[in-house]
Amino acid sequence: MSTNGTNAGDAPTPVTTPEHPDVLLEARGVRKYFPVKKGMLKRTVAQLQAVDGVDLEIYPGETVGLVGESGCGKSTLGRTLLRLLEPTEGEIRFDGVDLVGLKGAALKEMRRHMQIVFQDSVGSLDPRMSVGDIVGEGLRIHGIGTREERKRQVFEVLDRVGLSREAAERYPHQFSGGQRQRIGLARALVLQPKFIVADEPVSALDVSIQSQVLNLLVELKQEFNLTYLFVAHDLAVVGYISDRVAVMYLGKVVEFATSEDLFLRPLHPYTQALLSANPEPIPGREIKRIVLTGDVPSPINPPSGCRFRTRCPLAQQICSEVEPALEENGEGHTVACHFAGELVPETAPLIG
Amino acid sequence: MSALLTVKNLGTFFSTPRGTLRAVDGIDFEIPVGGTLGVVGESGSGKSVTALSVMRLVDRPGRIMDDSTIEFDGQDLTALDEQAMEKIRGNDISMIFQEPMTSLNPVFTVGDQIAEAVKLHQQVSQKEALDRAIEMMKLVGVPSPERRVHDYPHQMSGGMRQRVMIAMALSCNPKLLIADEPTTALDATIQAQILELMRELRERLGMAILLITHDLGVIAEMVDEVAVMYAGRIVERGPVADIFRSPQHPYTEALLQSIPLLGMRYTTPLKAIRGMVPSPLDWPTGCRFGPRCDYFFDRCATEDPQLITVGRQESACWLCEGGARVPGAVPAAS
Repeated sequence: MSTNGTNAGDAPTPVTTPEHPDVLLEARGVRKYFPVKKGMLKRTVAQLQAVDGVDLEIYPGETVGLVGESGCGKSTLGRTLLRLLEPTEGEIRFDGVDLVGLKGAALKEMRRHMQIVFQDSVGSLDPRMSVGDIVGEGLRIHGIGTREERKRQVFEVLDRVGLSREAAERYPHQFSGGQRQRIGLARALVLQPKFIVADEPVSALDVSIQSQVLNLLVELKQEFNLTYLFVAHDLAVVGYISDRVAVMYLGKVVEFATSEDLFLRPLHPYTQALLSANPEPIPGREIKRIVLTGDVPSPINPPSGCRFRTRCPLAQQICSEVEPALEENGEGHTVACHFAGELVPETAPLIG
Repeated sequence: MSALLTVKNLGTFFSTPRGTLRAVDGIDFEIPVGGTLGVVGESGSGKSVTALSVMRLVDRPGRIMDDSTIEFDGQDLTALDEQAMEKIRGNDISMIFQEPMTSLNPVFTVGDQIAEAVKLHQQVSQKEALDRAIEMMKLVGVPSPERRVHDYPHQMSGGMRQRVMIAMALSCNPKLLIADEPTTALDATIQAQILELMRELRERLGMAILLITHDLGVIAEMVDEVAVMYAGRIVERGPVADIFRSPQHPYTEALLQSIPLLGMRYTTPLKAIRGMVPSPLDWPTGCRFGPRCDYFFDRCATEDPQLITVGRQESACWLCEGGARVPGAVPAAS
């Protein structure tokens, strides 16, 4: 149960050169549009731009966090990277293999190495299957081991996530939310994947259970040399578990930095607003909150130029005309803003 | 300050085929005129049933027990008949819920719904009520309220719907606003807007607030006094600053240590409370937190601790007997 420190061998310091040979997952210009259909003939009248041009590299052994509010495209991106959703455009390479063109047996083989844990542990576990069958299904589909061996592996993985062997005979509804999340984790782990997308894995849990699951995720990552993409809306949770964090807004990554750097030196006004919006359990804390006005615009018809400009306290003429590119601003820190860092961050003293 | 709401020995039980479910099991609290109280707890702690009990909105098979008293503004709400209670609801006490979409009627415009609330309690014409609705929507920061008053709930965003709920709740100038997880379903930046709005309205209108939430961050920002609930009981209460600085109940302490603060990293493991919340059909004997408590000792297994005064706080923990609990001290199990 050691959680202190990582071995230099299994957690290399992330390097942000795209050509880095070690890269586990690389995404280039990934777009995912959903057609909006209308009328009796179901004509496509518009495109919902859920993910609109994302570049991302994930290195072995690291945890990359994806944070943003509802509708920013973070879950869609997570699913597209696993090819659970077909990208509209772009390249996704996993372990050097281009996932986009992959079909049939080759795709199935890759899927062994990439798994997902969902937020909704009720909706994602088949209520008619026993926990043992749910956890062992992946082994069965991939034809791994004999029936006896599979049973043993299921017991082992249940034990590792903190569930008893008897759990295998029971059904999902007999478990609490926290335990169901452990079942989801066991199912993802049983194939010994390299990469796990954890999509809001603790959002539905009570805080005391949330910390159990977060601690477990950290332990498992170190024990099995896992790489995570951790998708969540809670900045404190994402920052806690991630080595690097990408902040998304309306289908785009607006800032990407190491977790420390993002909190100490947030450069995008949206990141700063998110940080200052986080209610911290510290009474009497003096906060100069950046309260954003208005709501997130629709991803069907996003604003021209910078998508954040309609709510941005810094917005100028140029923001509606020229879309800011994601550019380096300090080592390993990229930000997409014409006025990056110009909003005096009141957030720095938040994390003294 | 005199008390606006005094709740004594509140018990709310539900009869189920598997026995009596003691959701709220003997709690006391008070809210002064214009004061704020936060009730914090995890799922199943009884915090929402507490709120519903004050509103007398507990339906069968639920029942407020006979020896409970809920004294509001000089009258005992438990003794009122339904008709008298209806006059109080929405007028003197209002409530907002977590999910505004399910609390708003989808087939009426939001203006009509606010106007209906106004007309129910005040003798005004439809025109006057609609004007009041527009005025209220302006107050809660709905942009161009003259136009939005004709919107249906589905035409609004989650944040705007919650503003409409607040407008409706405040339309009759209640003395007490009960807010049950008012921002839980909202995104962070929208939550910040709504919390800001609630603070501002409280200063302006001076109503008392009973805030129910699972979020310790929201508690820290919004209220002066807090009651921590666990397994149908208040296990600790007192001023927010004192409780967050030096929690006296082991449950409060563990809760505070289990949430990651901004800037905390995974190299420091979070406090995990072992096990899970017990079943309200069968609360543990002795201290209800005992089976999950790091400081558990033999007395906790048999004797149920009541609230013990420690400075400005009260804590239901045997370790607080005779003064403050020494943090981290584990009594020798004899």
